[in-house]
Amino acid sequence: MTTLPPRPFNGARWLVRATLAVLTVLTILAFATFDSRSVDVGTATADFLAGFQRLLLEPRLENVTIVELLEQLAITVALGALTTLIGAVVAFVLALGVARNLAPRWLSLAINAVTALVRAVPTVLWVLLFAVSAGLGSVAAVIGMSFHSAGYLIKAYAESFEEIELGTLEALQASGATWWQIVAQAVVPSSVTALLSWTFVRFEINFSTAIAMGAAAGAGGIGFDMFMASGFYLDLRELGAFTYAVLAFAIALEWFATRTTARIRRPV
Amino acid sequence: MLPHEYLLRRRVWAGAGLAIIVALASGASWLTDFDPGRALQAFPEAASWAVANFVPDAAAWKRLPKILDKLNETILMAVSSSTVAAIFALVFAIAGARTTAVHPLAGLVSRGIATVFRNIDVSAWALILLFSFGQSAYTGYLALFFVTFGFLVRVMIETIDDVSTDSVEALRATGAAYVAIISQSVIPACLPRMLSWVLFMIETNIRSATLVGILTGTGIGFQFDLYYKSFNYPAASLLVLVVVLAVLAIEVSSNAIRRAVL
Repeated sequence: MTTLPPRPFNGARWLVRATLAVLTVLTILAFATFDSRSVDVGTATADFLAGFQRLLLEPRLENVTIVELLEQLAITVALGALTTLIGAVVAFVLALGVARNLAPRWLSLAINAVTALVRAVPTVLWVLLFAVSAGLGSVAAVIGMSFHSAGYLIKAYAESFEEIELGTLEALQASGATWWQIVAQAVVPSSVTALLSWTFVRFEINFSTAIAMGAAAGAGGIGFDMFMASGFYLDLRELGAFTYAVLAFAIALEWFATRTTARIRRPV
Repeated sequence: MLPHEYLLRRRVWAGAGLAIIVALASGASWLTDFDPGRALQAFPEAASWAVANFVPDAAAWKRLPKILDKLNETILMAVSSSTVAAIFALVFAIAGARTTAVHPLAGLVSRGIATVFRNIDVSAWALILLFSFGQSAYTGYLALFFVTFGFLVRVMIETIDDVSTDSVEALRATGAAYVAIISQSVIPACLPRMLSWVLFMIETNIRSATLVGILTGTGIGFQFDLYYKSFNYPAASLLVLVVVLAVLAIEVSSNAIRRAVL
């Protein structure tokens, strides 16, 4: 039997292994330094399973009516929609300055750098920062959530714009079209489906962010009710009813999104 | 269609689109009690406030070790919840992907479980878990773990069905055993893409961990909440600065890894 020659060195494979090794070490370190605060995992897990069963099987409303629940859900949806719209408008303008086939390189780099900074601050911190001067409430929540919404959509829109072939743009330029004419007559019409799909994907994300901001940053809506049911009334059954409402809406959104966004690449 | 008809049609469509957007925006503003004028006013206010008050001072820099310690805790939580979720997700994805499913029913069950886990928001999970695990690191860890697991099952299924369908068929035809197909073909071929998704989830989870920390009283989020509620804005600003640097560093390195392995 002949022995196979040794496999040649493969940089990519080596890097995958190195990354996995680093992640493994960090995970072990995490478990070694875990701050368990004297919680007994066994009892807590048993308690959680029993509680989760109650939450799933015996949901009921106690402190709010079904109408109020739907109203709060509508507020959360509206918060998601509003921040998506604001993000979309801002992102559309800025993405024209980022797309490499439409904008000068320095502008593209500058906007990207600012966007990276904006995205590095977690949404909840943006909301709380604006709450200092605007007060806790929808104004701070909408502004804070719009930052990430715009940051995400700038990247997505710019990539959609960049898919337009350079030849098309050059032909239009040669025929004397101005930059604005090229944008309005060629760039927007040919990328409008992609833009809409990305906007919808972001709406899906903004809906969950809106729940979180209701719970953690006083944005109102169903997130706040969940926070009250959990931290104030200690009512697992009511929390179950809210969870079902949120889950049903999120699954419907996801189903709709996978149907309509099959054309575009999922976000990375 | 004549040119002027085409142009008219396009104008009607554009007008209708604009009307829908305006209606949506005003409806949503009314529902959420959002005042656009107030929001525009809040921008310069927040900016001038931040320049005056949201700057680290000497006392804040003394708190740096504490902040770094909490950041460390949060990063470790984000990484470990993502890696452990990835291991579980891999098993469920192999069971759920069309290419590698042992039985169609197994695929359905696996996808169904993942759908429920990822569609309950991480904050909602934290609120549910608070009942049993209280204000301990477990609560945040499990909340991140559940959502990451649900998301990774979905993208790993897509990856397997995308990358391995042909090779699995070919190997089946040669009579290779199921376990051998998975370990010798599916996992090696899908690993770079799956790793890229895990890195993406680690980035996401560091931001989510900040949020969850505020709800569960752990990590960097809790530390921010402490400074914020005691009006210690210089320390809070230093904390935000540290978080930004950490997130950017992780993003840059995972982008570099992604470019090299994909």
